[in-house]
Amino acid sequence: MTRYLLVLLVALFVPSAPLLAQDGGPLRIEITEGVIEPLPYAVPDFVADGVSGQEYARQIAEVVASDLNGTGLFRQIPAEAHIARVTSFSSPVQFSDWKAINAQALITGAVSVDGAGRLVVRFRLYDVFAGQEIGQGLQFVGTGEGWRRMAHKVADQVYSRLTGEDPYFDSRVVFVAETGPKDAREKRLAIMDYDGANITYLTGAESLVLAPRFSPTGDRVLYTSYETGHPRIYVLDVASAGRQVLETPGASMSFSPRFAPDGRTVVYSLTQGGNTDLYVMDIASGRSQRLTSAPSIETAPSFSPDGARIVFESDRSGTPQLYIMPASGGEATRISFGQGRYGTPVWSPRGDLVAFTKQSKGRFHIGVMRTDGSEERLLTASFLDEGPTWSPNGRVIMFTRETQGAQGRSGLYSVDITGRNLRPVPTPTGASDPSWSPLQN
Amino acid sequence: MAYLSKALLVAAALALAACSSPDRFGGAGAGAGAGGVAGSAQDPSSPLYFQQAVGDRVLFAIDQSNLSPEAIATLDGQARWLMSNRGFNILIEGHADEQGTREYNLALGARRANAVREYLVSQGVAAGRVDTISYGKERPLEICSEEACYAKNRRAVTVVSAGPVG
Repeated sequence: MTRYLLVLLVALFVPSAPLLAQDGGPLRIEITEGVIEPLPYAVPDFVADGVSGQEYARQIAEVVASDLNGTGLFRQIPAEAHIARVTSFSSPVQFSDWKAINAQALITGAVSVDGAGRLVVRFRLYDVFAGQEIGQGLQFVGTGEGWRRMAHKVADQVYSRLTGEDPYFDSRVVFVAETGPKDAREKRLAIMDYDGANITYLTGAESLVLAPRFSPTGDRVLYTSYETGHPRIYVLDVASAGRQVLETPGASMSFSPRFAPDGRTVVYSLTQGGNTDLYVMDIASGRSQRLTSAPSIETAPSFSPDGARIVFESDRSGTPQLYIMPASGGEATRISFGQGRYGTPVWSPRGDLVAFTKQSKGRFHIGVMRTDGSEERLLTASFLDEGPTWSPNGRVIMFTRETQGAQGRSGLYSVDITGRNLRPVPTPTGASDPSWSPLQN
Repeated sequence: MAYLSKALLVAAALALAACSSPDRFGGAGAGAGAGGVAGSAQDPSSPLYFQQAVGDRVLFAIDQSNLSPEAIATLDGQARWLMSNRGFNILIEGHADEQGTREYNLALGARRANAVREYLVSQGVAAGRVDTISYGKERPLEICSEEACYAKNRRAVTVVSAGPVG
């Protein structure tokens, strides 16, 4: 269950090359400008230092490439087109060979197993046309079974250095794995790497489970389960899979939980006498405080990153719309005014945007708007898209898409906040309700 | 005829499923075992009679939880049956169609179940006999993605959940 992994970041001994580049600035992708042409790059198989590193050398390069290609910002030049072969990590790079195939960036790496049996991964990133290294070479040390994480860390470094954005590949997703027909669907909590690898199931299929949410540090998960017969909120420790119910006395149902940024407080929906309102609970004491008091439905709350405000969904106006109120309750301000119904708002990690589900004219959309409701942009459209979750760096949104009809099936998709690069996230079964973890340490 | 037998099959499946835990849709074993609903449809004091002759469900308009005249007629029958069969408790399940987000539909299902609960209690059914639960859009009865199916999924189902005492 626990995937113990020791990762050390060690700067390789290199003369720190100044980040000067060919006529005007370093090699850099400006995502906000709208990348039309992905940046061509090459990542030859990593060099295996010794026999024991061999099995990882190709796999790690493949995962690095998969991460980068998956962003839609990079275009990998296939190995068949390479003129040069990298056989030594320490030898100087023949830039002319990579210029010839128009590789603007080059990633080289080496894999070895040290005396203690630990996997050692080193890499360097080059600006081919400037003929120099970008940043410092780095070394990661970990267990053999953690090789994918080390690959993600290499890719995170490359992504960060070339885009200037924070990284997100070394992250996980907790979600609901779905099997069975639409009218008798079985649902289990599952956790996986952001790219669908290393899946582990956290609960059995005996009870319906819904909408898991990661804690701010990724160590715990909140979710809703019908285990006792009625929907109740549970908090689960990811490492041990141990769980505890959050008691909400007098409620017929408690659901839609989400952590506050402090990791100690949970905001959630509680239903009493058919009416659903928002509450906050201090997990340690179990004490709850009521935030809203209205005959309407108040649900799907999400904290701002500074913990000061909560965005939520309410039908107090007659249809579900988005509102923001202080984290202690009080007057709420409506922020959604477009045509249609709005739900499942989620505050972005950067604090500037709210992602949401919009239902309009029989279609569902994932969209983003600024926190004052301006600049609404719809990123997707389908029969049923819902439940956005943000990548740790706030660049990508993952969500649930369900297909139409009796054979309808749920799956996970991701899309860039520019609306480009819509992609399915591979899962072995149907999947819904993703929640993206923070970047792992 | 074909429609009728299908309806009976569905009813029978529901009846069988009702014998397991309150989360009767969650387990793989739901529906296993014989005699989940006591008695026969001919026995007016049997849960099967309640389900089939009295009518165990009412339907709702899109996004609504108010009771139609048709729903009230069904619930009047349910209340009469419950008043004369006091050994039974009931669990009212609120459901929504698949249009709408998961959380909102859970809350909407709770509203619907509560509307039925309040009406039955107003007709004299002891509140202590009535429990409610919402399944939101998690357990559709009909699985097509058209209004014909949605209309049947926007429902509150009264499940007679315990055998008569004494």
